[in-house]
Amino acid sequence: MYAFEYHRPTSLSEVTGLVSGKEDAKIIAGGQTLIPTLKQRLAQPSDVIDLGAVAELHGIREEGGGLVIGATTKHAEVAGSDIVRRLIPELAELANGIGDAQVRNRGTLGGSICNNDPSADYPAALVGLNATVHTNKRTIPAEEFFTGMFETALELDEIVTAVAFPKPGRVGYAKFPNPASRYATVGVLVAEVDGAVRVAVTGAGPVVFRWPEAEQALSSNFSAAALNGLTVDADGLNADIHASAEYRANLVAVMAKRAVVRAAG
Amino acid sequence: MTSVSLKVNGKSVTREVEGRTLLVQLLRDHLGLTGTHVGCDTSQCGACVVHVDGESIKSCTMLAVQANGLEVTTIEGLAAADGTLHPMQAAFREHHGLQCGYCTPGMVMSAVDLAKSHEHLDEKTVREGLEGNICRCTGYHNIVKAVLAGAEAMRSQPAQAAAE
Amino acid sequence: MSNSPANAPVNATGIGASVKRREDFRFLTGQGTYTDDINRPNQTHAYILRSPYAHARINGIDTAAALEAPGVVAVFTGKDIAADKVNGLPCGWLIHSKDGSPMVEPPHPPLVLDKVVHVGDQVAVIIAETCEQAKDAAELVMVDYDELPAVTTSPEALKDGAPLVHDQATGNLCYDWHLGDKAATDAAFAKAAHVTKLDLINNRLVPNAMEPRAAIGEFDRATGDYTLWTTSQNPHVIRLLMGAFVLGIPEHKLRVIAPDVGGGFGSKIYHYAEEAIVTWASRKIGRPIKWVAERSESFVSDAHGRDHVTHAELALDADGKFLGLRVQTLANMGAYLSTFAPSIPTYLYATLLAGQYTTPAIYAEVKAVFTHTVPVDAYRGAGRPEACYLIERIVENAARELGIDKTELRRRNFIPPSAMPYDTPVALQYDCGMFEKCLDQALNLIDYKGFPARKAEAKARGKLRGIGLASYIEACGIAPSNVAGALGARAGLYESGEVRFHPTGSVTVFTGSHSHGQSHETTFAQLVSDRFGIPIENVEIVHGDTSKVPFGMGTYGSRSLAVGGSAISKAMDKVVNKAKKIAAHMLEAAETDIVFEQGKFTVAGTDRSLTIGDVALSAYVPHNFPLDELEPGLDEQAFYDPKNFTYPNGTQIAEVEIDPETGVVRIEKFVAVDDFGRVINPMVVEGQVHGGIVQGIGQALMENCVYDPQTGQLLTGSYMDYCMPRADDVPSFIVQYHEEAPCTHNPLGVKGCGEAGAIGGSATVMNAVVDALADLGIKHLDMPATPLRVWRAIQDASVPLAAE
Ligand SMILES: Cc1cc2nc3c(=O)[nH]c(=O)nc-3n(C[C@H](O)[C@H](O)[C@H](O)COP(=O)(O)OP(=O)(O)OC[C@H]3O[C@@H](n4cnc5c(N)ncnc54)[C@H](O)[C@@H]3O)c2cc1C
Ligand code: FES
Ligand code: FES
Repeated sequence: MYAFEYHRPTSLSEVTGLVSGKEDAKIIAGGQTLIPTLKQRLAQPSDVIDLGAVAELHGIREEGGGLVIGATTKHAEVAGSDIVRRLIPELAELANGIGDAQVRNRGTLGGSICNNDPSADYPAALVGLNATVHTNKRTIPAEEFFTGMFETALELDEIVTAVAFPKPGRVGYAKFPNPASRYATVGVLVAEVDGAVRVAVTGAGPVVFRWPEAEQALSSNFSAAALNGLTVDADGLNADIHASAEYRANLVAVMAKRAVVRAAG
Repeated sequence: MTSVSLKVNGKSVTREVEGRTLLVQLLRDHLGLTGTHVGCDTSQCGACVVHVDGESIKSCTMLAVQANGLEVTTIEGLAAADGTLHPMQAAFREHHGLQCGYCTPGMVMSAVDLAKSHEHLDEKTVREGLEGNICRCTGYHNIVKAVLAGAEAMRSQPAQAAAE
Repeated sequence: MSNSPANAPVNATGIGASVKRREDFRFLTGQGTYTDDINRPNQTHAYILRSPYAHARINGIDTAAALEAPGVVAVFTGKDIAADKVNGLPCGWLIHSKDGSPMVEPPHPPLVLDKVVHVGDQVAVIIAETCEQAKDAAELVMVDYDELPAVTTSPEALKDGAPLVHDQATGNLCYDWHLGDKAATDAAFAKAAHVTKLDLINNRLVPNAMEPRAAIGEFDRATGDYTLWTTSQNPHVIRLLMGAFVLGIPEHKLRVIAPDVGGGFGSKIYHYAEEAIVTWASRKIGRPIKWVAERSESFVSDAHGRDHVTHAELALDADGKFLGLRVQTLANMGAYLSTFAPSIPTYLYATLLAGQYTTPAIYAEVKAVFTHTVPVDAYRGAGRPEACYLIERIVENAARELGIDKTELRRRNFIPPSAMPYDTPVALQYDCGMFEKCLDQALNLIDYKGFPARKAEAKARGKLRGIGLASYIEACGIAPSNVAGALGARAGLYESGEVRFHPTGSVTVFTGSHSHGQSHETTFAQLVSDRFGIPIENVEIVHGDTSKVPFGMGTYGSRSLAVGGSAISKAMDKVVNKAKKIAAHMLEAAETDIVFEQGKFTVAGTDRSLTIGDVALSAYVPHNFPLDELEPGLDEQAFYDPKNFTYPNGTQIAEVEIDPETGVVRIEKFVAVDDFGRVINPMVVEGQVHGGIVQGIGQALMENCVYDPQTGQLLTGSYMDYCMPRADDVPSFIVQYHEEAPCTHNPLGVKGCGEAGAIGGSATVMNAVVDALADLGIKHLDMPATPLRVWRAIQDASVPLAAE
C-alpha cells in the first residue's frame, strides 16, 4: 500500500469538504474492495476518507411503503434486517449471498454499487427492483447509475447517501458463483415492480442490464416455462477462463428460470 | 502517523500507526499477537479473522485506524486466563480439526461467530458459513465435526463461551 | 475405524490409540511459532523484485534511485551475487536420457544476471527497515527489459522454432528417458484382442500451503555462524544444498531452523533462492533479514506440481486381461530444474505404471521439457497421482469399451496376495497388499449395488449421476539409498533418530523428519510411550533444527513414520539393549534372563524388577553400574535406511451428480478404504486421508494453473482465479482402513498415509464424472471438470441429453 492520510469525518458536509479539498481523495466505506486494491498498489490516493462515523449514511428504514437503505449499511445488516425481511425478503437473501460472512460484516451497499464490479450482486437488485440512488447532490434511477464496467454516473465529488427501493411484488434472485472468487459469474433478479416484470442480469456483461424479451414473456405468464427457448445473445458478454460468453448466455437463461421459481415459490 | 486506541483481548492499548497500517499488522507487528495469520493478499483465505466488537472480520482488510475505539478479540484472547480452552477450541482439539495449524486461528474465530449467530447449525450451514476460511490440510471433514460439536458445547456451557 | 480389534491399543496412548494431539494447544491458542512470527533484533526486511515478463533480456538495472529511498539499507542484483561467487541452486537428481547422455541442467541463479525466464523470476532484492519501505523502493529500481517470445506448454515448447528457454537446452528438451521393455510391450500389443487409447492432461497445480514461504537470515560476526529460519519440510537438506552448493558455508557454521510450518505438500521441500539471498545478504549488511512471501508471490515462486501431457495405450486379451501398457508423457519442468523435479515424472511416476495389476509388459517414454513457467516439482503424491490417474482412467475406459463391469475388469487383473512379493515390469517389488479386499470393502461402504437405483432417481430430478473408482498403489517411504543412488539421486534417503533418556526417566527424541501438520509430536511420542511403557507426557519430540537433531532427510513421500519412525524404533532398540545390560548388572542376573515388558526389566520367573526409569537414573548416576563394560548414559542414535519402498494402496469410490444445465459437479458420496499397514493413530491417519482426498477433488474439479499461451502471464495468480476447495465444495467422507498386510520390511510394519488421498482422489472423481456423462457418448474430459468444461462437453456430446 502507498502511504496516505486517513480522515474520519462525522458528518456528510465534512466528507464533501474533504473530498473536494484534497488532491486525490478516496472514500472508504467497508474497505472490502478498496483495501485489496490499495494492497496491490493499484491506486495511490493522497487521502482516504472513512464514511464509518457518518451516522446519517447508515441504517435501514421503511419510507412511503418502500425501503431506504443508507449507503454504509453493511451486507450483514441488510441480510439480518427485520424490515428488509418483511418488505423485500429476497433482497436480504441476496445480501446474504455476497462474499463470505466476514466480508458481509464490513462491506456496504454504497461501496458495492459505487465500485460497480461487473460481477457484483447488488447492481442486479437495484436495477431489477427499480431502485433510486440518492447522492449528496441528486437522485439517480438505478438504470442510469450503472454506466459501464466499474463506472457509475457519480461525479468526482459525489457521494452515495442511500438507496430507495419501492415495495415490489414477487422477487427472485439466482446467482451462479464464480467457483474461485464466488462473485456472480451470472446473477439474475426477476421482480414484479409497479405491475411490470423486470429482469436484471449481472455478471454476464460489462455492466448490469435488463433482459426485455424475458420481461415480456414473464409479463404474460410468470413461470419458468415462459422462458423456454429464450436466449440472450452471447455477443458482447464477458468471457474469462471460468466462463465463455456462450456459457454465460446459457447461465443467464438458466438462472432466470431459477429466479422465477424462487419468486413464485 | 495517527494514534489508535483500542481494546485488544480486554486490555486497552494505544499505538502510533501509519494510515496504511492494517489491523493485522497492528496486531502482529505492534502488539506481538502473532496468532492471527496472513495467508493471502486478496481477502479470501480467512487466516486473519478476528472479532471486532464481537463480529468476525478479516483483519487484513481493515485499517488499524478503523479499529480506533473498538474492541478486538484475537485467538490469544479466546481461552480463559487459566488456559482452559474455549469450547470451540476444545472441540477442534477433540475432533482433530487442525493439522498444520496455520488456518486454525481464523477458522476458530469464524466458527465462534458462526455458532453465536445461528440458533441451529447443521453440516450444510457450517460448510457454507466457513466459506471465507480456506484450509489446505484437513479437507474440512474434521473442521465441520469440530464446529458442530463446539457450537453445541457453547450452548451448553454459556458461561464459558461468554468469557470471550 | 480399524476392523481388526486384535490390534486394539495396549494403553490409551500407545500404538493404535487416537491420542489427541499434543501440538494442538499452542496452535489453538495462537502460540505456534511460524517463521513470520519470529523477529530478530535489528532485523531488516527484504522484498524481491520479480520479473513481470515470462521471457526477457535484461539490458541493465539501475538501482540508484531505490538506494536513496527512505529506509533502504541495500539493493542487490545478480551482479552482486556473481561477484561474490554465489552459485546457482542445485538440482538433487540426475536423470540420463535413453542415449545415456545426462539431462540438460541449466544454471539457476538466485538473482538473474541478464535474462528472465518466467514471470516471478528473481531480479533484485531490496532491503529496508520495513517491508513497506522495501516495496516502495522496489518501484524505483529501473530494469531495462527487452521482452522476448515465450512458450508455456510442453507440446508447444518441443515444436521447431519454439522460443528457447535456455540456449543449452536444444529444442527445450531436458531429457528423453524411458523405462520398461519396449520389445515385450510391442509384442503384447501385436497379440492384443483389444487396445484402449487415451490422451490426457494432468493439469498443473499450485500447492498453496496456507502459510506463505518465509525466511530469515542472520550472520553472527563474533562467531562467523549463519542461521537461517525457513519454512521448510527438511532443514538438514536445505543446510546441505545451500551451505555446500550455493553459498559455500560448512555445516558447522550454518544452522537451519524450520520452526512451525504451515503446511508444505511438497512445495517446501526445495531449496529456494530467497533462502540463499537472505543468508548471503545478512552478512553483507551485517543485520538479520526477513523475507515473507505475499500470496501473489507464492503463486509465481513456489514450485508448481503435475503438468503432464500423456498418450497411453492399454492392450487386452479377449478375456480382459491386461497384456501391455504403452505410455508417452511430456513433463513440463518449468523454466529451471527445481530440487527434485527430474525424478518426479520418471522414478516416481513410470515405476508405478503397473498399478495394482499384473500387466506383464510396460514401456514408458518421458520427455522433460523446459518452458517459460514457474518450475514444477513434487506436489502431494508427486508422480504417483499422475500414474494412478493414467492407469485408472484407461482401465475405466477399457471396461466401458469391452462392456465389462469396471470392478470385474479390475478383479481379473489384480495382483493377488498369493503373488507377493511381486516384481513389476517397471522396476519395483511390491512386498504385500490385499487389493481385492480393499475394493470389496469400499464397494460395500458405498452400496455399489444400489447405484442404478440412485442413478434413476437422480435422472428423475434432471441430474446425471455417476460412480467412479480408483484402486491406487504408491511407492512411499522413500527410499533405499542405494536404489535411489543408482537411479540418479544425489543424496541418501535414510533418516536419523536419537532417543535420549534423561536421568529422571523422561525422554527427548530427536528426529530428522519434520512435522508441518502430520502430528509427529503426538504419533512419534506414542511409539516411544508404547515401547518404553512410560507416560506420553514424559516424551518430547524435537524436530526442525539442525543444531539439535543429528541429521535428517525430512518429510516427503509419506516417509516420516516408515523411515523416520523406523529410525527412532532402531534407536529405541539400542536403548533397550543397553538398559538390559545395566538392569542385569543391577539385578545381579544374566542378561539373557532379563525380560523387558511394559516399562519394566524383570528377571524371568521372579518378581525382581526395575523400571526403565530406575535404570536410566543408574545410567547417569553410575554408582551401581557395569562401568568396565559400558559407558554411562542412556542416549542412542540410529540411522535407518529402508530396504524397499513401502506400498500403501487402497480403493476410493466417488458418486457425483451433474447438473446438466450448468455443468456443476457435486460430490454426493466419497469412500476410501486404505491399506497403510499398521496404524499408529487412527485419528491422525484419517485426517491425512481427508486432506489428501480434497486435494484430489481440487485437482479433478477446481484447481488449474493457467498461463496465457502468448504472453506467459499467469492467469490464475490469486484465489480470485485459482480455485481452492472450500468447505462447501466437498462432502464428508467415509474412511476406513485395514491392517492385515503390514509392511514386511520395516520394524513398525507401517506404509505411510500422507499422500494416499491425493493419489487416488483425482482419478476417482474423474471416473465418476465420465461415468455420469457416458450415456451422452462422452469418453473423456480433462481436469479440472469445471462447470464450463462439463457444460461444453454436454453441448458437444454425440448423444443429446434426453429431453426433460
Ligand atoms: C472475498 C470477497 C468476496 C466478495 N464477494 C462478493 C460477491 O460475491 N458479490 C459482490 O457483489 N461483492 C463481493 N465482494 C465485494 C464486497 O461486496 C465489497 O464490500 C463491495 O464491493 C465494496 O463495498 P465496501 O463497502 O467494502 O466499499 P469500499 O471498498 O470501501 O469502496 C469501494 C469503492 O466505492 C467507493 N465508495 C464507497 N462508498 C461510497 C459512497 N457512499 N459514495 C461514493 N463512493 C463510495 C470507494 O471510494 C471505492 O472506490 C467481495 C469482496 C471480497 C473481499
Ligand atoms: S489474510 Fe487472507 S483473508 Fe486475510
Ligand atoms: S490446518 Fe493447515 S491449513 Fe488448515
